[in-house]
Amino acid sequence: MVEKALFTILLEGVFIKNFLLIQFLGLCSFVGVTKDVKSAGGMSGAVIFVMAMAATVSFALYNFVLVPLKLEFLRTIAFIVVIAALVQLVEFIVRKHVPALYRSLGIYLPLITTNCAVLGAVLLNVMNDYSFTQSVTFGVAAGLGYTVAMLLMAAIRERSNIVSVPKAVGRGVTYAFFVATIMSMSFVNFFGVIPLE
Amino acid sequence: MSDGVLINSVAVLAGLGLAVGVMLIIASKVFKVDSNPLIDEVAELLPGANCGGCGYAGCASCAEAIVENGAPVNSCPVGGFDTAKAIGALLGQEVSESEPEYPFVRCNGGKSCVTLYDYEGVDGCKAALMLCDSRKGCTYGCMGLGTCVRACQFDALSMGEDGFPHVNKNLCTSCGNCIAACPNEILTFAKESEKVHVLCRSHDKGKVVKSVCENGCIGCKKCEKECPEGAIKVTNFLAEIDQEKCTGCGACAAVCPQGIIEVR
Repeated sequence: MVEKALFTILLEGVFIKNFLLIQFLGLCSFVGVTKDVKSAGGMSGAVIFVMAMAATVSFALYNFVLVPLKLEFLRTIAFIVVIAALVQLVEFIVRKHVPALYRSLGIYLPLITTNCAVLGAVLLNVMNDYSFTQSVTFGVAAGLGYTVAMLLMAAIRERSNIVSVPKAVGRGVTYAFFVATIMSMSFVNFFGVIPLE
Repeated sequence: MSDGVLINSVAVLAGLGLAVGVMLIIASKVFKVDSNPLIDEVAELLPGANCGGCGYAGCASCAEAIVENGAPVNSCPVGGFDTAKAIGALLGQEVSESEPEYPFVRCNGGKSCVTLYDYEGVDGCKAALMLCDSRKGCTYGCMGLGTCVRACQFDALSMGEDGFPHVNKNLCTSCGNCIAACPNEILTFAKESEKVHVLCRSHDKGKVVKSVCENGCIGCKKCEKECPEGAIKVTNFLAEIDQEKCTGCGACAAVCPQGIIEVR
């Protein structure tokens, strides 16, 4: 198999396999934390950090501990432990250094623990047999893709507050679902722009 | 072989757990946040039900608001006077006792009000209202589907045979969740000392009210003329009582042709 170029993996992670809009992973924060751009940005930063770290640590854990011991079947539970610990670490750091962000993220920060996007990125690394650099690149790319979707969504929702929205569409969460649908449809178009293989 | 796998898996997960645990303990010491210890002490005194009746996200947020942002010590309606006194003692503030308030049902329609359709579906009144307008002939009245009963976290409300929610004052904590839940704003807080109440919310004209409900206010103004204190005023075909002026004499209840003024 030809090694995939890092740039391809990056583009794949950000656009073609966008976690929120194409793979539909981690949707609770997509609706929950996109009321304003500032907290969406903070959340995205935390997710990029957690995804990159999780990709690094889980790669080491999988290839140097689980594979030699033939314990590949433990990967899901082992990865969840790693992710939970990383999220806890991020929570400590954010609470110490950016208390305002800590308050605005609220419950969604601990929820990264159970955010399937992070586990999904890590498991996809394993399934695709990515090398170390590829894994980390895919982790960062997945985080960046998450950021792109979150910031677009937050920007649209912020502006929607000052325009008149048809009553049938509604406001708040209903409106967010409509926007998410349309955004997802537009991201599907990236399938044709960059060939997958 | 299978023994080896078993031992290895247990060892790996235990080792992983231990390593992560140690790392987190170190991190929690390094990134320790100094918070005001008073917040925890106040949070201890609060009931801990996290019902949101105070308007904050939960008891911890309420405690923080009381200590840091100068919210009143009696912010918690659930804890009542005892809690307020304990918090006041902790923070060195005097507390005066406020009279308890309970939710009160401002509708007397029930069985005597025309029912337009049977509703079977998700969560009660609000859903029915969104689906196809009021279930009763009266658009102001209680639909009796029990949204308020489900909103109560303390089992203080129950739906009676007469189609109304009933308040058990022994269990009620005055958190206000039921009042916020009612889409028709039937419930309101009433003090124990407020004796006289109008059991109707309808602003419809008398003729319209009579066509759908036997127990509705028709806006005849008899009570307004009868009241010696001038405490009753009929606005938009609905009598309203100014509880500041009301002496509880009951003269209005005696003349009401619909019998919808209640004297407790």
